[in-house]
Amino acid sequence: MRTNGPLALIFHTIFVVVMLAPIVVVCLVAFTPEGYLSLPTSSFSLRWFRTIANYPEFVHAFWVSLGLGALSSFVALLFAVPAALAIARYRFRGRDALAALFLSPLMIPHVVLGIAFLRFFTAIGMGGSFPGLLVAHVVVVFPFALRLTLAAATGMDRSVEMAAVSLGAGGWTLFRRVTLPLILPGVISGWALAFIQSFDDLTMTVFLAAPGTETLPVRMFLYIQDNIDPLVTSVSASVIAITMTALILLDRFYGLDRVLAGKSDPGR
Amino acid sequence: MRAAIDTAPANAASTADTRDARAAWALSTPALMLFIGVLLVPLAMTVLLSFHDWGQYKGIEPVFIMKNWHEIATDPYYAEMFWRTFRIALLTTLITAMFGAPEAYILNRMGGRWKSFFLLVILGPLLISVVARTLGWALLFGGNNGLVNKLLMSLGLIGSPLRFMFTETGMVVALAHVMMPFMVLSVWAALQRVDPQIENAALSLGASPLTIIRRIVLPQIMPGVLSGAIIVFSLAASAFATPAIIGGRRLKIAATLAYDEFLNTLNWPLGAAVAVLLLVALVMIVVGSNALIERRYAEVFR
Repeated sequence: MRTNGPLALIFHTIFVVVMLAPIVVVCLVAFTPEGYLSLPTSSFSLRWFRTIANYPEFVHAFWVSLGLGALSSFVALLFAVPAALAIARYRFRGRDALAALFLSPLMIPHVVLGIAFLRFFTAIGMGGSFPGLLVAHVVVVFPFALRLTLAAATGMDRSVEMAAVSLGAGGWTLFRRVTLPLILPGVISGWALAFIQSFDDLTMTVFLAAPGTETLPVRMFLYIQDNIDPLVTSVSASVIAITMTALILLDRFYGLDRVLAGKSDPGR
Repeated sequence: MRAAIDTAPANAASTADTRDARAAWALSTPALMLFIGVLLVPLAMTVLLSFHDWGQYKGIEPVFIMKNWHEIATDPYYAEMFWRTFRIALLTTLITAMFGAPEAYILNRMGGRWKSFFLLVILGPLLISVVARTLGWALLFGGNNGLVNKLLMSLGLIGSPLRFMFTETGMVVALAHVMMPFMVLSVWAALQRVDPQIENAALSLGASPLTIIRRIVLPQIMPGVLSGAIIVFSLAASAFATPAIIGGRRLKIAATLAYDEFLNTLNWPLGAAVAVLLLVALVMIVVGSNALIERRYAEVFR
């Protein structure tokens, strides 16, 4: 029973082809030399990638997404690292409830989060602003930042810290020189996973973004609602390329299986 | 004096406990403040919003009435829309289980390098933009002479082209593709706890491959399939991007309807009621089925 029979391999091939088909089609159509949606038959052309430059709203949205992703993941870590250390090290009353609260954005549908943030930020006069968008993204990516940091903090060898304490280190020095370097791989991976989540989020952001603060997924979505043309495929292909690069870096640095195991199971 | 010495260790332990608790709360207070201020308060405001009144000209009126809830409960449009939402989510879950579970099993039997390669290929799309993945399906479906129809017709599976765009069929296919990695991942995790020698033992005792699948493999991966199903169902029932792009403006499900009420009709209180109802229904379904599964498979989760 250890090897796959021919039937299993046929099933597997069809499965993988279907899984990749939509992504491959987007990337192929992006290279079409024609002015309409078509698969490139005779030659590949970069004309639709060059056309992106004529649409400043896409370029602007890209920078918004990049800035928002980088910043919100960083801010989320500022809150998540101390919280992860507290949950990993101490047994205290309310610990489980606290952990459940911190992971709860995974359980709440993003539509509901988008609506709640829209209501809240409009009420306090921050509707459609970049700071509002930033705070909302911090909350949504927080569980991803927390999980990977928590895994690193739980698995950390504390005898090194004790040695540092016995040599007179304490407080901030202990954290900066000993603890942080030890959990750094987890922290950086948490940042990367949080960045990807922020960079890809449509459902929540579509409620909050106003012209000027539209992120790339929101811009793409609004564009697709009106019409689908090769331009939006070349934008998508660029997004796919960026995500793939981040994925490969993440895999090299930390191991993708561990990252994805952290992404699954929103219920637990 | 003696008494003081006797109680000293107990006192030390309890002060250490309080010191620990104080340190823990000090470290988690910033995050806790953030979550109370920017998550719990907005959620409470949304629940409150669903009881407010709204009119075309007067806008939102901060009163406490049941109007929106009454409208959702009595207007059959909402019952039909929620039924469609959960029907699509259920079909999506069934498809991911039917194809994802066997695929996870096949993957698990592959050799080391192929295994990690294909795991990457199948799980990688999880991190690729949902808009881009759904756009891919819109291109594949594309009208009557889309690639999917051409392929199905040349294989002789269908006589005339099917409609995928703006239909539930199209939504289910695209959603199943988007959610598939969650199911594979969940079954995969369950398979890691299975001892392959059990299958060999069954084989040596003369069991047929079908019997082994049915009596040995399936019961062991069932908890993985079920917890994957809960994840897929709750994500599919609240999905927005895929139903909005494939369903267009006409075929509405809960998330796209709430979006419409908020950003097109501007009837925020009604939109908030739809969203709150979706959240409550999903929490009840997820918590209920989690409890059922854990009771049924208590020995696996222990």
